[in-house]
Amino acid sequence: MDLTGVVPGFGDPAADSQGVFRGCLAALSRPGELVELDVQMEPVPGVHRAALALLLAMLDQDTRLWLSPSVVPAATMLKFHTGCTLAALPGEANFALARNFAELPPLESFAAGSDEHPEHSATVLLQVHEFAGACWRLSGPGILGTRRLDAPALGAGFLAQWQRNHERFPCGVDLFLVNGARLCGLPRTTQIMVEAA
Amino acid sequence: MFQASDGDRREWMGVLARAPLDALEGWLRRMDDMGSLPGRVWLRRPETGLVMVRGRIGGGGGRFNLGEMTVTRCALRMPSGEVGVAYVAGRSHRKAEIAAVADALLQSPETRQAVLHRLIEPLREQLLAERDRRRRKAQATRVEFFTVARQAGAASQA
Repeated sequence: MDLTGVVPGFGDPAADSQGVFRGCLAALSRPGELVELDVQMEPVPGVHRAALALLLAMLDQDTRLWLSPSVVPAATMLKFHTGCTLAALPGEANFALARNFAELPPLESFAAGSDEHPEHSATVLLQVHEFAGACWRLSGPGILGTRRLDAPALGAGFLAQWQRNHERFPCGVDLFLVNGARLCGLPRTTQIMVEAA
Repeated sequence: MFQASDGDRREWMGVLARAPLDALEGWLRRMDDMGSLPGRVWLRRPETGLVMVRGRIGGGGGRFNLGEMTVTRCALRMPSGEVGVAYVAGRSHRKAEIAAVADALLQSPETRQAVLHRLIEPLREQLLAERDRRRRKAQATRVEFFTVARQAGAASQA
Protein backbone atom coordinates (compact mmCIF):
# COMPACT_ATOMS: atom_id res chain seq x y z
CA MET A 1 0.00 0.00 0.00
CA ASP A 2 1.40 3.39 -0.98
CA LEU A 3 0.94 5.65 2.03
CA THR A 4 2.22 8.93 0.57
CA GLY A 5 -1.25 10.46 0.28
CA VAL A 6 -2.39 9.41 3.73
CA VAL A 7 -3.18 12.22 6.16
CA PRO A 8 -3.44 11.86 9.93
CA GLY A 9 -6.79 10.73 11.29
CA PHE A 10 -8.35 11.84 14.58
CA GLY A 11 -5.95 13.67 16.90
CA ASP A 12 -7.50 11.96 19.90
CA PRO A 13 -9.08 8.80 18.46
CA ALA A 14 -11.19 7.77 21.47
CA ALA A 15 -12.65 11.19 22.31
CA ASP A 16 -13.06 12.32 18.71
CA SER A 17 -14.79 9.19 17.49
CA GLN A 18 -17.12 9.21 20.51
CA GLY A 19 -17.97 12.86 19.84
CA VAL A 20 -18.66 12.11 16.19
CA PHE A 21 -20.79 9.09 17.11
CA ARG A 22 -22.83 11.26 19.48
CA GLY A 23 -23.28 13.85 16.75
CA CYS A 24 -24.48 11.26 14.22
CA LEU A 25 -26.86 9.79 16.78
CA ALA A 26 -28.30 13.27 17.42
CA ALA A 27 -28.63 13.88 13.69
CA LEU A 28 -30.60 10.65 13.13
CA SER A 29 -32.74 11.12 16.27
CA ARG A 30 -33.81 14.62 15.24
CA PRO A 31 -34.07 14.40 11.45
CA GLY A 32 -33.56 17.63 9.61
CA GLU A 33 -31.60 19.31 12.38
CA LEU A 34 -28.15 20.45 11.31
CA VAL A 35 -25.43 18.96 13.50
CA GLU A 36 -21.89 20.28 13.47
CA LEU A 37 -19.08 17.72 13.68
CA ASP A 38 -16.24 19.96 14.67
CA VAL A 39 -13.13 17.82 14.35
CA GLN A 40 -9.94 19.45 13.19
CA MET A 41 -8.28 17.33 10.52
CA GLU A 42 -6.14 17.73 7.47
CA PRO A 43 -8.44 17.94 4.45
CA VAL A 44 -8.84 15.10 1.98
CA PRO A 45 -9.53 16.34 -1.57
CA GLY A 46 -13.18 16.05 -2.52
CA VAL A 47 -14.38 14.85 0.88
CA HIS A 48 -16.22 17.18 3.25
CA ARG A 49 -14.97 17.37 6.82
CA ALA A 50 -18.09 15.92 8.43
CA ALA A 51 -18.18 13.00 5.98
CA LEU A 52 -14.56 12.17 6.73
CA ALA A 53 -15.16 12.36 10.48
CA LEU A 54 -18.25 10.14 10.25
CA LEU A 55 -16.47 7.51 8.17
CA LEU A 56 -13.40 7.48 10.44
CA ALA A 57 -15.64 6.98 13.45
CA MET A 58 -17.97 4.34 11.99
CA LEU A 59 -15.83 2.16 9.73
CA ASP A 60 -13.87 -0.86 10.92
CA GLN A 61 -12.59 -4.20 9.63
CA ASP A 62 -16.13 -5.58 9.37
CA THR A 63 -17.61 -2.80 7.23
CA ARG A 64 -17.58 -2.35 3.49
CA LEU A 65 -17.44 1.08 1.96
CA TRP A 66 -18.57 2.21 -1.47
CA LEU A 67 -17.07 5.44 -2.82
CA SER A 68 -18.41 7.33 -5.80
CA PRO A 69 -15.83 7.49 -8.64
CA SER A 70 -14.30 10.89 -7.94
CA VAL A 71 -13.66 10.23 -4.23
CA VAL A 72 -12.03 6.81 -4.73
CA PRO A 73 -8.57 8.35 -4.02
CA ALA A 74 -9.69 8.80 -0.39
CA ALA A 75 -9.87 5.01 -0.08
CA THR A 76 -6.20 4.55 0.88
CA MET A 77 -6.52 6.92 3.80
CA LEU A 78 -9.77 5.38 5.05
CA LYS A 79 -8.47 1.83 4.67
CA PHE A 80 -5.28 2.72 6.52
CA HIS A 81 -7.05 4.26 9.50
CA THR A 82 -10.07 1.99 9.80
CA GLY A 83 -9.17 -1.32 8.13
CA CYS A 84 -12.41 -1.25 6.11
CA THR A 85 -12.73 -2.92 2.73
CA LEU A 86 -14.05 -1.38 -0.46
CA ALA A 87 -17.25 -2.59 -2.07
CA ALA A 88 -17.20 -2.83 -5.86
CA LEU A 89 -20.95 -2.38 -6.13
CA PRO A 90 -23.22 -0.07 -4.15
CA GLY A 91 -25.38 -3.03 -3.15
CA GLU A 92 -22.52 -4.68 -1.25
CA ALA A 93 -21.72 -1.70 0.94
CA ASN A 94 -22.54 -0.94 4.57
CA PHE A 95 -21.53 2.69 4.11
CA ALA A 96 -21.47 4.75 0.94
CA LEU A 97 -20.14 8.19 0.13
CA ALA A 98 -21.25 10.13 -2.94
CA ARG A 99 -19.35 13.28 -3.79
CA ASN A 100 -22.49 14.95 -5.13
CA PHE A 101 -25.99 14.09 -6.28
CA ALA A 102 -24.79 13.48 -9.85
CA GLU A 103 -22.57 10.63 -8.59
CA LEU A 104 -25.23 9.09 -6.34
CA PRO A 105 -26.65 5.85 -7.73
CA PRO A 106 -30.40 5.32 -7.26
CA LEU A 107 -31.17 4.71 -3.56
CA GLU A 108 -32.74 1.39 -4.58
CA SER A 109 -29.30 0.07 -5.57
CA PHE A 110 -28.06 0.11 -1.97
CA ALA A 111 -28.68 -2.67 0.54
CA ALA A 112 -32.06 -2.09 2.17
CA GLY A 113 -31.99 -4.94 4.69
CA SER A 114 -34.74 -7.51 5.02
CA ASP A 115 -37.88 -7.71 7.12
CA GLU A 116 -36.02 -9.96 9.57
CA HIS A 117 -32.85 -7.85 9.50
CA PRO A 118 -33.66 -4.27 8.55
CA GLU A 119 -30.39 -3.21 10.20
CA HIS A 120 -28.47 -4.89 7.36
CA SER A 121 -29.05 -1.79 5.28
CA ALA A 122 -26.63 0.80 3.99
CA THR A 123 -25.95 4.22 5.45
CA VAL A 124 -25.48 6.68 2.62
CA LEU A 125 -23.58 9.96 2.82
CA LEU A 126 -24.45 12.52 0.18
CA GLN A 127 -22.35 15.68 -0.07
CA VAL A 128 -24.25 18.83 -1.02
CA HIS A 129 -23.11 22.32 -2.03
CA GLU A 130 -25.19 24.16 0.53
CA PHE A 131 -28.27 23.85 2.67
CA ALA A 132 -30.22 26.25 0.53
CA GLY A 133 -32.16 26.23 -2.70
CA ALA A 134 -35.22 24.30 -1.59
CA CYS A 135 -37.54 24.22 1.36
CA TRP A 136 -38.65 20.88 2.82
CA ARG A 137 -41.16 20.14 5.50
CA LEU A 138 -40.19 16.97 7.34
CA SER A 139 -42.32 14.74 9.50
CA GLY A 140 -41.94 11.38 11.17
CA PRO A 141 -40.35 9.89 14.31
CA GLY A 142 -38.06 12.36 16.08
CA ILE A 143 -40.07 15.34 14.88
CA LEU A 144 -42.88 16.88 16.89
CA GLY A 145 -45.36 17.93 14.23
CA THR A 146 -43.26 19.03 11.30
CA ARG A 147 -39.83 20.59 10.89
CA ARG A 148 -38.80 23.01 8.19
CA LEU A 149 -35.43 22.41 6.54
CA ASP A 150 -33.51 24.68 4.23
CA ALA A 151 -32.60 21.87 1.89
CA PRO A 152 -30.25 21.51 -1.03
CA ALA A 153 -31.87 21.64 -4.45
CA LEU A 154 -31.63 17.99 -5.52
CA GLY A 155 -34.46 17.88 -8.01
CA ALA A 156 -37.65 15.90 -8.26
CA GLY A 157 -35.80 12.66 -9.01
CA PHE A 158 -34.43 12.58 -5.50
CA LEU A 159 -37.79 13.18 -3.85
CA ALA A 160 -39.41 10.35 -5.79
CA GLN A 161 -36.57 8.01 -4.79
CA TRP A 162 -36.87 9.11 -1.18
CA GLN A 163 -40.60 8.49 -1.17
CA ARG A 164 -40.05 4.92 -2.41
CA ASN A 165 -37.29 4.45 0.18
CA HIS A 166 -39.63 5.67 2.92
CA GLU A 167 -42.41 3.34 1.81
CA ARG A 168 -40.17 0.26 2.10
CA PHE A 169 -40.08 0.59 5.90
CA PRO A 170 -38.81 -1.31 7.89
CA CYS A 171 -36.33 -1.74 5.03
CA GLY A 172 -34.58 1.11 3.26
CA VAL A 173 -31.44 3.19 3.59
CA ASP A 174 -30.63 5.97 6.02
CA LEU A 175 -29.16 9.11 4.54
CA PHE A 176 -26.86 11.85 5.76
CA LEU A 177 -26.70 15.12 3.85
CA VAL A 178 -23.25 16.59 4.40
CA ASN A 179 -21.91 20.07 3.81
CA GLY A 180 -18.53 21.10 5.24
CA ALA A 181 -18.51 20.36 8.95
CA ARG A 182 -22.32 20.09 9.15
CA LEU A 183 -24.61 17.21 8.48
CA CYS A 184 -28.29 16.45 8.58
CA GLY A 185 -29.74 12.99 9.18
CA LEU A 186 -32.60 11.60 7.14
CA PRO A 187 -33.58 8.18 8.49
CA ARG A 188 -35.88 6.01 6.36
CA THR A 189 -38.79 6.94 8.62
CA THR A 190 -38.73 10.61 7.63
CA GLN A 191 -41.24 11.95 5.14
CA ILE A 192 -40.36 14.90 2.97
CA MET A 193 -42.90 17.41 1.66
CA VAL A 194 -41.75 20.20 -0.61
CA GLU A 195 -42.83 23.70 0.30
CA ALA A 196 -42.91 26.68 -1.95
CA ALA A 197 -39.88 28.74 -0.95
CA MET B 1 19.82 6.30 -8.75
CA PHE B 2 19.59 3.29 -6.50
CA GLN B 3 15.99 2.40 -5.73
CA ALA B 4 15.21 0.34 -2.66
CA SER B 5 13.24 -2.79 -3.55
CA ASP B 6 10.54 -4.39 -1.43
CA GLY B 7 13.09 -7.00 -0.42
CA ASP B 8 15.54 -4.37 0.85
CA ARG B 9 12.82 -2.71 2.82
CA ARG B 10 11.64 -6.02 4.28
CA GLU B 11 15.17 -6.68 5.44
CA TRP B 12 15.79 -3.34 7.13
CA MET B 13 12.36 -3.43 8.75
CA GLY B 14 13.20 -6.89 10.07
CA VAL B 15 16.43 -5.58 11.56
CA LEU B 16 14.64 -2.61 13.11
CA ALA B 17 11.92 -4.86 14.53
CA ARG B 18 14.47 -6.89 16.51
CA ALA B 19 16.83 -4.05 17.42
CA PRO B 20 17.38 -3.19 21.09
CA LEU B 21 16.03 0.19 22.14
CA ASP B 22 19.32 1.61 23.42
CA ALA B 23 20.99 1.08 20.05
CA LEU B 24 18.18 3.00 18.35
CA GLU B 25 18.30 5.75 21.00
CA GLY B 26 22.05 6.11 20.50
CA TRP B 27 21.62 6.47 16.75
CA LEU B 28 18.86 9.04 17.17
CA ARG B 29 20.99 11.12 19.57
CA ARG B 30 23.82 11.23 17.06
CA MET B 31 21.34 12.22 14.31
CA ASP B 32 19.92 15.01 16.45
CA ASP B 33 23.37 16.40 17.18
CA MET B 34 23.83 16.79 13.46
CA GLY B 35 20.54 18.66 13.30
CA SER B 36 19.30 16.35 10.57
CA LEU B 37 16.14 15.12 12.23
CA PRO B 38 13.22 17.33 11.21
CA GLY B 39 9.76 17.46 12.73
CA ARG B 40 7.33 14.71 11.91
CA VAL B 41 3.57 14.11 11.90
CA TRP B 42 1.86 11.03 13.28
CA LEU B 43 -0.36 9.14 10.87
CA ARG B 44 -0.90 6.45 13.45
CA ARG B 45 0.31 6.89 17.00
CA PRO B 46 2.13 3.92 18.54
CA GLU B 47 -0.25 1.17 19.59
CA THR B 48 0.52 -2.20 21.11
CA GLY B 49 -1.26 -5.39 20.19
CA LEU B 50 -0.86 -9.11 19.64
CA VAL B 51 -0.04 -10.95 16.45
CA MET B 52 -0.35 -14.69 15.97
CA VAL B 53 2.93 -16.18 14.84
CA ARG B 54 2.49 -19.23 12.64
CA GLY B 55 5.07 -21.76 11.64
CA ARG B 56 5.75 -25.05 9.86
CA ILE B 57 7.93 -27.79 11.26
CA GLY B 58 11.06 -28.09 9.12
CA GLY B 59 9.64 -25.62 6.61
CA GLY B 60 7.13 -28.19 5.35
CA GLY B 61 3.75 -29.53 6.39
CA GLY B 62 0.70 -27.63 7.50
CA ARG B 63 0.91 -24.32 9.27
CA PHE B 64 0.12 -24.23 12.95
CA ASN B 65 -0.26 -21.42 15.44
CA LEU B 66 3.00 -21.15 17.33
CA GLY B 67 1.80 -18.50 19.75
CA GLU B 68 1.03 -14.84 20.11
CA MET B 69 3.65 -12.18 20.45
CA THR B 70 3.45 -8.56 21.49
CA VAL B 71 4.01 -6.06 18.69
CA THR B 72 3.94 -2.27 18.65
CA ARG B 73 3.25 -0.41 15.43
CA CYS B 74 3.10 3.19 14.29
CA ALA B 75 3.29 5.30 11.14
CA LEU B 76 4.55 8.83 10.70
CA ARG B 77 5.19 11.29 7.90
CA MET B 78 8.39 13.27 7.52
CA PRO B 79 8.28 16.88 6.28
CA SER B 80 9.84 15.67 3.02
CA GLY B 81 6.79 13.45 2.44
CA GLU B 82 8.20 9.98 3.14
CA VAL B 83 5.97 7.80 5.27
CA GLY B 84 7.80 5.64 7.77
CA VAL B 85 6.13 2.56 9.18
CA ALA B 86 7.29 0.37 12.05
CA TYR B 87 6.19 -2.95 13.44
CA VAL B 88 8.54 -3.79 16.30
CA ALA B 89 8.68 -6.55 18.87
CA GLY B 90 7.66 -5.60 22.39
CA ARG B 91 5.73 -2.79 24.00
CA SER B 92 8.11 0.14 23.62
CA HIS B 93 6.36 3.04 21.88
CA ARG B 94 9.66 4.88 21.70
CA LYS B 95 11.27 2.01 19.83
CA ALA B 96 8.45 1.97 17.28
CA GLU B 97 8.82 5.72 16.78
CA ILE B 98 12.57 5.61 16.15
CA ALA B 99 12.20 2.60 13.87
CA ALA B 100 9.57 4.46 11.81
CA VAL B 101 11.86 7.49 11.52
CA ALA B 102 14.64 5.21 10.32
CA ASP B 103 12.30 3.55 7.81
CA ALA B 104 11.31 6.95 6.42
CA LEU B 105 14.93 8.08 6.10
CA LEU B 106 15.85 4.80 4.43
CA GLN B 107 13.28 5.43 1.71
CA SER B 108 14.79 8.77 0.80
CA PRO B 109 17.74 8.40 -1.59
CA GLU B 110 19.62 11.30 0.09
CA THR B 111 19.70 9.75 3.54
CA ARG B 112 19.58 6.04 2.75
CA GLN B 113 23.33 5.33 2.61
CA ALA B 114 24.06 7.17 5.86
CA VAL B 115 21.35 5.29 7.75
CA LEU B 116 22.40 1.95 6.28
CA HIS B 117 26.01 2.52 7.37
CA ARG B 118 25.40 4.00 10.79
CA LEU B 119 22.38 2.02 11.92
CA ILE B 120 21.28 -0.98 9.91
CA GLU B 121 24.62 -2.65 9.19
CA PRO B 122 26.00 -2.46 12.76
CA LEU B 123 22.62 -3.66 14.07
CA ARG B 124 22.51 -6.57 11.65
CA GLU B 125 25.98 -7.69 12.73
CA GLN B 126 25.04 -7.34 16.36
CA LEU B 127 21.88 -9.41 15.85
CA LEU B 128 23.73 -12.09 13.87
CA ALA B 129 26.46 -12.30 16.54
CA GLU B 130 23.84 -12.68 19.26
CA ARG B 131 22.05 -15.37 17.26
CA ASP B 132 25.32 -17.18 16.66
CA ARG B 133 26.24 -17.01 20.35
CA ARG B 134 22.90 -18.51 21.37
CA ARG B 135 23.10 -21.17 18.72
CA ARG B 136 26.56 -22.27 19.87
CA LYS B 137 25.41 -22.31 23.46
CA ALA B 138 22.47 -24.53 22.54
CA GLN B 139 24.65 -26.69 20.31
CA ALA B 140 27.05 -27.35 23.22
CA THR B 141 24.28 -28.92 25.27
CA ARG B 142 22.83 -30.93 22.42
CA VAL B 143 22.19 -34.61 23.06
CA GLU B 144 22.05 -37.11 20.21
CA PHE B 145 19.72 -40.04 20.61
CA PHE B 146 20.52 -43.25 18.79
CA THR B 147 18.21 -46.16 18.26
CA VAL B 148 19.34 -49.54 17.11
CA ALA B 149 17.31 -50.84 14.19
CA ARG B 150 15.30 -53.89 15.15
CA GLN B 151 16.73 -57.08 13.73
CA ALA B 152 13.42 -58.42 12.46
CA GLY B 153 12.56 -55.13 10.66
CA ALA B 154 15.98 -55.01 9.01
CA ALA B 155 15.61 -58.61 7.83
CA SER B 156 12.15 -58.11 6.27
CA GLN B 157 13.36 -55.06 4.36
CA ALA B 158 16.29 -56.89 2.85
